[in-house]
Formats: sequence, C-alpha cells, structure tokens
Amino acid sequence: MTRKQKLALVVLGVVVVASLGAGLLAQSSYSEQFRDAISAPPSARFWLGTDELGRDRFARLLYGTRVSLLLAPAAALLATLIAAMIGGAAGYLGGRWERLVTTGIDLFLSLPWLFLLLAVRALLPLNTSPVTSVMITFLLLGCLGWAAPARMIRAGTRTLRNSDFLVQASASGVSRRRLFWRHLLPNLRPILLAQFWISIPLFILSEANLGLLGLGVSEPVPSWGAMLRELENYSAVLQNPWMLTPVVLLVAVVSCLQLLLGTEERMPC
Amino acid sequence: MLPLLLRQARRILLTVLLGGLLGATLVRMGPGFGVDERELDSRLSADSQQAIRAERAKESNIALFYVHYLGGFVHGDFGFSRSLNRPVAELLRQRLPLTLESLGLGVFGGASIGLLLALLTVWWRAPGADLVPALLSGLCLAAPAAVIALVLLWMGPWIGEATRWAIALVVFPHVYRYAKNQLIATSESPHVVAAEAKGLSSWRVLWAHVFTPAAPQLAALAGISVSLAFGAAIPIEVICDSPGVGQLAWRAAMDRDLPLLVTITVLVALMTLVVNSLADLALAAWKPSSGGAAA
Repeated sequence: MTRKQKLALVVLGVVVVASLGAGLLAQSSYSEQFRDAISAPPSARFWLGTDELGRDRFARLLYGTRVSLLLAPAAALLATLIAAMIGGAAGYLGGRWERLVTTGIDLFLSLPWLFLLLAVRALLPLNTSPVTSVMITFLLLGCLGWAAPARMIRAGTRTLRNSDFLVQASASGVSRRRLFWRHLLPNLRPILLAQFWISIPLFILSEANLGLLGLGVSEPVPSWGAMLRELENYSAVLQNPWMLTPVVLLVAVVSCLQLLLGTEERMPC
Repeated sequence: MLPLLLRQARRILLTVLLGGLLGATLVRMGPGFGVDERELDSRLSADSQQAIRAERAKESNIALFYVHYLGGFVHGDFGFSRSLNRPVAELLRQRLPLTLESLGLGVFGGASIGLLLALLTVWWRAPGADLVPALLSGLCLAAPAAVIALVLLWMGPWIGEATRWAIALVVFPHVYRYAKNQLIATSESPHVVAAEAKGLSSWRVLWAHVFTPAAPQLAALAGISVSLAFGAAIPIEVICDSPGVGQLAWRAAMDRDLPLLVTITVLVALMTLVVNSLADLALAAWKPSSGGAAA
C-alpha cells in the first residue's frame, strides 16, 4: 500500500467514524423538523442550514453518509461474491458452461448500467417503507453489479486452471469441489479484493444517481442520493449553493479516495 | 474478416434474443400486467368484458408472449406506452435524434479532450506533468453525472448546450486514463527507444511510433464510451430538461411503464452492441496495416 493510499484510508476512516458517531455529533435527528427555521442558511444553530422541511442538513449529511458509505461496501461484497461464484466456476469448469456464462456477462455489459438499474428498480415496489427501500436499492446494486467483476475473475481463474499446484492437487485425488473452494478461490484473493474496491465508488455514484432520479432510498431516511435529489430544483440550488455544496464535495472526495484505493488502472467498463 | 463479421452478427442476434427474453419476462412479471382499464368500464357488457379477459389470457403463457413480443419487435412494433398513451416507436422517433446528437457530439468531445490530454501528458514527460489532467479526470470520475450537468447548466450562458458538455465530461476521464496508460506502455517499447536514439523529433516519434500503433486499442474505447454516455444521458437529460431518450426512460421508470422502459433498454443495448461491433471490425481491419507500420 502506497503513502497516498494510506492517507486515503485514514481520511475515509475519519468520515466513517464521523458517520457512525452521528448521534453524538448531530444536535438533532435526521427527521426532526424545525418549523421556525425552514430553508435556513448555515448558522451556529444549524451548521449546514436546514432543508425545505426544516430538517438539519448536518444531521442528514452524517446519517446519509452512514447509509451510503456502509451499504455501498456491503453491495460491493455481494457483487464480488456472486462474481466469484459465477466467474470462478465458469473459468474453472470451462467448455459449454464457460461459453454460457460469457454470453450472460456480455449481455449484462451491453446493457448500459443505469438503464438496467432503472428497469429492474421500476419492476420492484416503489411505495415501500424507507428501510425496505434502503435494502432494495443496495441489494439491487449488489445483484446487478456482478458482470464486470465476473469477467475479470473468469480470466484470472482460466490462468490458474492449468497451474502446477492445481494439476498436482487434482492428481492427488482432491475432489473438484474441494479444489475450487480450498485451492482456487484463495488464490483469486488479489483479484477479488481489487474488484471489491473498484465496485464501491461505482455503487456510491449509482446510488447517488438513482436517488437523484427518485428511485433510490425513500424519505425520510437520508442517503447521498436522496439528498442530491434537491438538484432537481436547480434554480433554488443555484441561488443558494450552500444547500448542496457539502454533500457534493463529500461524494466527490469519498469517490476519489475510493478510486485511489482501487489502485490498478483498468479498462473502463 | 468474414468470420469476425459473422461472429459479431451472431453476438448481436443472441443478445437481442436474450435481451428480448429478459425484457418480455420483466414486462410479463411486472406489476399491473394483465390489468385492463376497459374492464372497469361499466358500459361494456359481460360478453365484451369476457372477450377482453380472453384477449389478455393469451399473453399469460410466457413463451407465447415472448414470441409475440419478439415478432412485434422485429417488425418495428415496440409496443404501446400506457403512461404517455402513444406507440413506443413514435416516442422514440421524436426523442432519439436529440439524444443521438448529444451523444455523438458528447462522445466526440470527450474522446478528443481525453486523447489530447493523454498525448500531451506522454509528450511532456516532466515530473507532475499529468497533475492537472489527473485531478480533472479524477474529479469528473468522482462526481455524479447529474452534478456535472448542474454545474454546466449554471455555466450555460458561456458554454451553450449543457447536455453535450456534460456527456463529454463523463466520457473524458475514462478515455484519458485508458489512453494515457496505453500510450505510456507503447512509448516504452523498444522501437520507440530506437526511433528516439536515431534523433527523430519528439512529435514525430509521438505521432508515428506511439500514437499510430496504439490507435487500434484506443478505437476499442468507442464502444465503451457510447455505453457510458447512454447511461449518463439519463440523469443529465433529467437535470437539463432535455427531451431525449434518457428523460423518457426516467419518466417510464417513475410511471412504471415497463413496456416502454424495457423496449428502450433493449434498443439502447442493441445500439451499444452495434457500435462495439463496428469498433471491433475497425480494429480487425486496421491491425494488419498498423502491425506492418510498427514493425
């Protein structure tokens, strides 16, 4: 790990700790409404002002960071696990199974990511409880984001498939299942880790875009996407840039840091 | 060349078939399928209502429904939008040109900026030469497309059409990062070192010995850029209030107009695939000559 990456990890750690300590740092709950201070500018009472319902923006930012920053890695973990199973099995088994999976991956990758998310999200219930909407949003990201990592994992598995240690283990009578779980998957760890880190900023930005389009986490639970939804009223945002500057900056900085942690340069997909 | 052409055609056909199946399944399983508002019309007799139900029952078999859906798709019948009460083909005819124009100019602009900055970075090898492009690309990569669109909308009076610029700024960082890595890798090849040792000018080395051999790999970015741009078009068109296909897809999602949404998704996937295939074919056509030049 380089010095830049260590620094990125420290800054991300501070943001995560701040979001976990939202109850201590924020003076109010994310849904508490102050009717005497609607759309108030930043002040000593409300550090980042209030929104049009009189809710403290600072509290919402901290709680929203918790939702986005903790669930994006969870979705990335799910996507990486699915990719490891599908891509790993395809690369290991080869033949017809591999061709089938490759076709599936090609199909998934030919569908523009946001179009796919939009289509599947529209199929699922839209009028759900806020907590359910959080789960649906991130499960969707996790379940649909497996294709690009699966392609990399399949390629990595193909390289490993004919390596000496696997041939030797196979010749010693180790079962195919044991070979896959005990010998192949642990050796794919660097690829899996890289794919995990690469997926996080992608999912953070996807959640932000989905939330902005009204198909993400629903009110009153805050998330970065839900907070960015105020961009729709852009004339108000342009007149009062303080409304969204903090959340935009935070999304950009955190995504930049995550990209820095994802290190390896790669073909964009 | 012919086998590649056939392979690409097979790939497109397979994707359309699978995408169609996925789309038809989504529409068939989606909420509201099988419900007909005409059934609520009290003026209709019991026989008429029975006939309407029988008409819908034909579509309950998913295989038959798929064949019917695909048949319509092939003949240009993309279904009917319930929310906008118009045929999907008509909606696409109206909105597609605007999106294609924005995408074309946006992708061209983004790819040009990315390539130019990558070439400058490779040519000007001083320490920290890539600081500004790297920061700029990192910023564009880390910002949601809608935020980029809003910033450009704010700058509207100076830059003109915000949609195109926003798409260009979404595409640019991907092109820049990939092109820079590709050009750096090529510039470290033995034939480039030899050309430099012979005393060729740095621009000539860059153009003839670095950029030209790397060009086929860079052409492969076209397909990816189009896919990226299509995805980014949704939030960008929503924010910029641009009446294109992206905005149509968003409205369809909000109104749960699945036939419209799924058709748009399959068509966009088809367009992306065609562009990808064209890039692959161009790559195959270019390879022999570029190989010769590099040698």
